[in-house]
Amino acid sequence: MAADAGNPKSALRNPQFPMKPFLEISRLGKVYPSPSGQPAVIVENFDLKIRKGEFITLIGHSGCGKSTVLSMIAGLTEVSSGAIILSGKEVVSAGPDRGVVFQAPCLLPWYTAFENVMLGIDQVYYTADREEREQIAEYYLTVVGLADAMHKKPAELSQGMRQRCGIARAFALSPKMLLLDEPFGMLDSLTRYELQEVLLDLWQKDQKTALMVTHDVDEALFLSDRVVMMTNGPAATVGEILEVTFPRPRSRRQLLEDPAYYALRAQLIGFLEERSHLRPGRPAGDPGHLPARPSPVPASV
Amino acid sequence: MKKFKLDWLVLPLVGVAVIVGLWAVCSATWAKDLPSPAKTWESSKPYIVEPFAKRGEMDQGILRFTWYSLVLVAQGYALALIVGTPIGFCLGLSKAFTKTFDPIIQILRPVSPLAWLPLGLVLFLGTGKEAGTYGALFTIAVCAMWPTVLNTAVGVRAVPQDYLNVGRVLKLSRWKMLTKILIPATLPYMFTGFRLSLGIAWLVIVAAEMLTGRPGVGGFLWQEYNALIYEHIILSIIVIGLVGFVLDRLMSLLEARFKSA
Repeated sequence: MAADAGNPKSALRNPQFPMKPFLEISRLGKVYPSPSGQPAVIVENFDLKIRKGEFITLIGHSGCGKSTVLSMIAGLTEVSSGAIILSGKEVVSAGPDRGVVFQAPCLLPWYTAFENVMLGIDQVYYTADREEREQIAEYYLTVVGLADAMHKKPAELSQGMRQRCGIARAFALSPKMLLLDEPFGMLDSLTRYELQEVLLDLWQKDQKTALMVTHDVDEALFLSDRVVMMTNGPAATVGEILEVTFPRPRSRRQLLEDPAYYALRAQLIGFLEERSHLRPGRPAGDPGHLPARPSPVPASV
Repeated sequence: MKKFKLDWLVLPLVGVAVIVGLWAVCSATWAKDLPSPAKTWESSKPYIVEPFAKRGEMDQGILRFTWYSLVLVAQGYALALIVGTPIGFCLGLSKAFTKTFDPIIQILRPVSPLAWLPLGLVLFLGTGKEAGTYGALFTIAVCAMWPTVLNTAVGVRAVPQDYLNVGRVLKLSRWKMLTKILIPATLPYMFTGFRLSLGIAWLVIVAAEMLTGRPGVGGFLWQEYNALIYEHIILSIIVIGLVGFVLDRLMSLLEARFKSA
């Protein structure tokens, strides 16, 4: 099954949404007014549907607007046009039903790792008693590997440990959905591998739906069910969508031995290097240069 | 310059010696009315060796006077912080509030304590005998609160958006946002303001005591000027300076603690 994932049209043959999608993003756009008159269009006509339990990564060149999309789903950035519907309800503001893992872990430096996690738990599990809430915090901090360091302040933790805490904080909210904004971008590659596994583990255990922004091709392939490739800004949108059907639980080793992995990787890099500047649904700048592709946006539905 | 043993002690002492020397030369040559260092020491001795003596209302040991001044400063300073900090938060949080009140703050800020004091006295005329105390407190509070107001406002504006986003994702209530995120994040700035405010409060106390004639180190200075005992003016200046220095050091220590936390 991994073999036909190399075919970009596999999405056509494979109806993904027998039921209503868990997260539905339709015609999403973000425009910033600029003092010079010409408003800056960051994201335009962004369409995406995500099933419950799916792991989606959003990949694209830096500055293309992928973080803006994530931030709008998180409710931290206002939506200019279009809509985001999460399990039947439109997203209008930020809330703990979406656990966010920020790029810089954004721990509050005046609290310990434990207190940082508790801050969220206190908000979500306000009916539980103190002991139960502390148990939840201890559980998640232990699962991410901070059992011995949970009562330290962020300044005493390494960058990787801080991000572990960031992950624990997001999962401990028991959110409907996880939003991860380049969570491993600031880590060295060994730590990044470790944390990717921590993340996958928790995601599988808790059966969460996850959307992650990244610009790391291997990270995207290792983690996700589908990789959504964004075109370059301004007015960035969904370019192509790649199915990644390797069986789970995945092992990095197995993946690296699978020839299909390299086919997918080539396709991803090919998009980023050659096709990301093209606009789906618009005539490509130079039709002779590249083969015309069907717009993958409706195709994925 | 090369470092040598005890330079931290020797060099400041050299500095003091130079100033005392200049003072001695001045009093011996062109400023005949300026008491010499030796005469100043002679005349100040009873106030220093018995620092807590109380011989009369305006004839007390120098530390006793200093204590009166410190008590008044503490009250006025507390008032300045209690009023100034919330104003700083409002300025930092609300653009409308800033637009409304920033101009008037900028106009009131440079007004001298000498100008505020008469107004303070008028304000509390109804309290009769206590008008002097209340007027002095009012003056200290009004003059000392500006650094707290402005630094707190700067601190609130400087709270990283990331921290605020954490609060928004967790849907913290306004109260929790304030106590769990805004105040801890602003604390280092607030303490810089508090330290500068304390310096100003101590500056103002002397002016306030001089004009109201309250017992205290400033009142003592003014009384001794009127009594033509010029040695005690110098004694008072030295004490005021020393106390101001100690207060600033103490606040710096406190500030450093909060900055590292």
